[in-house]
Amino acid sequence: MSTTGRAWKYGDNINTDVLFPGKYTYTAQGRAEIASHALEDLDPAFVKNVKPGDVIVGGSNFGCGSSREQAASCLVYNGVAAVIAESFGRIFYRNAINFGLLVITCPEAARAIQSGDEVTVDLARHRILTGSGEFAFPPFSASVGQILQAGGLVEYVKTKLRETA
Amino acid sequence: MPQTFAQKALARAAGFDFAEVGQVVDARPDVVLSHDNTADIRRTWLEFGQGRVTIPEKLAITLDHAVPAPTTKHAQNHAEIRAFVQEQGIRNAFEVGRGICHQVLSEEAIVLPGQLILGADSHTPHFGWMGALGAGIGRTEVATLWATGELWLRVPESMRIVLDGPLPPGVTAKDFALRIIGDLGADGGLYASVEFSGSGIESMSLESRMVLPNMMAEFGVKTAYIAPDEKVFDYLARRLARRQTTDGGRTVTEAEVAIRNSQLAANAIYPDADASYIAEHIYAAAELEPYVACPHSVDKLATLSQVAGTRVQQAFLGTCTNGRLEDIAAAVEVIRGKRVAAGTRFLVIPASSQVLQDALRLGYIEALVEAGAHIGTPGCGPCMGNHMGVPAPGEVTISSANRNFQGRMGTKNAEIYLASPAVVAASAVTGMICGPGNL
Repeated sequence: MSTTGRAWKYGDNINTDVLFPGKYTYTAQGRAEIASHALEDLDPAFVKNVKPGDVIVGGSNFGCGSSREQAASCLVYNGVAAVIAESFGRIFYRNAINFGLLVITCPEAARAIQSGDEVTVDLARHRILTGSGEFAFPPFSASVGQILQAGGLVEYVKTKLRETA
Repeated sequence: MPQTFAQKALARAAGFDFAEVGQVVDARPDVVLSHDNTADIRRTWLEFGQGRVTIPEKLAITLDHAVPAPTTKHAQNHAEIRAFVQEQGIRNAFEVGRGICHQVLSEEAIVLPGQLILGADSHTPHFGWMGALGAGIGRTEVATLWATGELWLRVPESMRIVLDGPLPPGVTAKDFALRIIGDLGADGGLYASVEFSGSGIESMSLESRMVLPNMMAEFGVKTAYIAPDEKVFDYLARRLARRQTTDGGRTVTEAEVAIRNSQLAANAIYPDADASYIAEHIYAAAELEPYVACPHSVDKLATLSQVAGTRVQQAFLGTCTNGRLEDIAAAVEVIRGKRVAAGTRFLVIPASSQVLQDALRLGYIEALVEAGAHIGTPGCGPCMGNHMGVPAPGEVTISSANRNFQGRMGTKNAEIYLASPAVVAASAVTGMICGPGNL
């Protein structure tokens, strides 16, 4: 499986408040409303111009801060296929996996990719392909792989519950 | 094989004697926390097609993040949560005004030493103050726990942070936490379990200890830990005894407290002396001073003197980090007999109704209001920008909270400085960032 899109590059410590402001976190419902607030305080152009399959590239500690899940789901609802970063905040990392969003720790790629670059993530070969080169990333752990394969945690748990019923 | 606290606690939660670092375990938490996000969690849980939550006795639900409801939508959200609590018979549910989840669950002795608490709240490492393993998770993961009772967790690497000696006067646990994060970065503790130790920790009040694991969320940690001692067991044993005998309405005896005290001690977890750590950082308490985290990142550390004189329009004392009785006491000591500066607002929000009652009884609230402060309903207040004290664009807030990201308090073009309660109160008096010594 592989996916190709344009890169949106941001810096270090991209936190959950700029990904999805806290003031909406208890009231926003449904894909469209959640999608509309993505990166609102960081890059207002993002929601207007993002295309399905696009990739977000961050520095270290991407997604640090709150446990709010919309910080990941708002990206999924905008069609973002993957986030590539030097490192991730741990709750954001889990939330992303749980929504089927690829979160790829690859410092070399995160540094090399520039905004607007075309980026292909080749999941089968664990490679990121860009104009500036090809970068390998480590395979996902078994627990993460299972959830991604199921298409997210909800589907994964549904299957598990059916099996044990 | 020697083990760290995190290894032992996760092994216990998964039903093993031993867990290796890096091992993934299916852990069964003792407590599953959610708050104003419970209605959204319920919507996800409904997809699993269950009529009943499988672990109702483990759920703890507080209404605290946007209370009292600021809008009709928020009120509707609370109403859905109340209906869920009723329908599922959730006993550990706390209404608007009771206080912030981490404070309330501590006061009610719902989480205990050696236990695992998973919460849909990033500051769940808070419970490390009592030697419990607290970790933040997402809403869908809480829904999963309601349905299955278990969740995968990786056993983290551990880091030791040692505080040698007592903190000097005017220097608080908050300053220590800000200094650690400033030195090592907001990602300095990524994925790790931080174990605090040293004579400076042992001599700290429980309320001060609570600040450290709470703030470690801003250091990127999975969890943080302080070895529980007699002070911890006593605090919890009294509350546990009170809670468990409330129904009979009888007075708790010292014998009942003593029984629970020894039970708590027996369940406490301590790391092995020769456990292995990825890093150790040793701080001499005497070399620490008051610090301030500058906008818009908690690791933008300044000494108080470096930012002294910065104009503030709002001073905010409260939150799960610094909204307890000793924090309010510190503010009262600074502000008693003085006035909040013209052009500055001083908002005080006790972390819980218990804190508010104690502060009332001790005359602290009167002293604060007399000085020109205003008091909010116990809860999170404007910390994450929902309501009740959000700043105007261009305004500067000095806050006792834990987070100062851009837009955190609801307004993109507003600046947030983080500091200790005494510095927040002193800044309210002068309208500029300063310490009590400058008044």
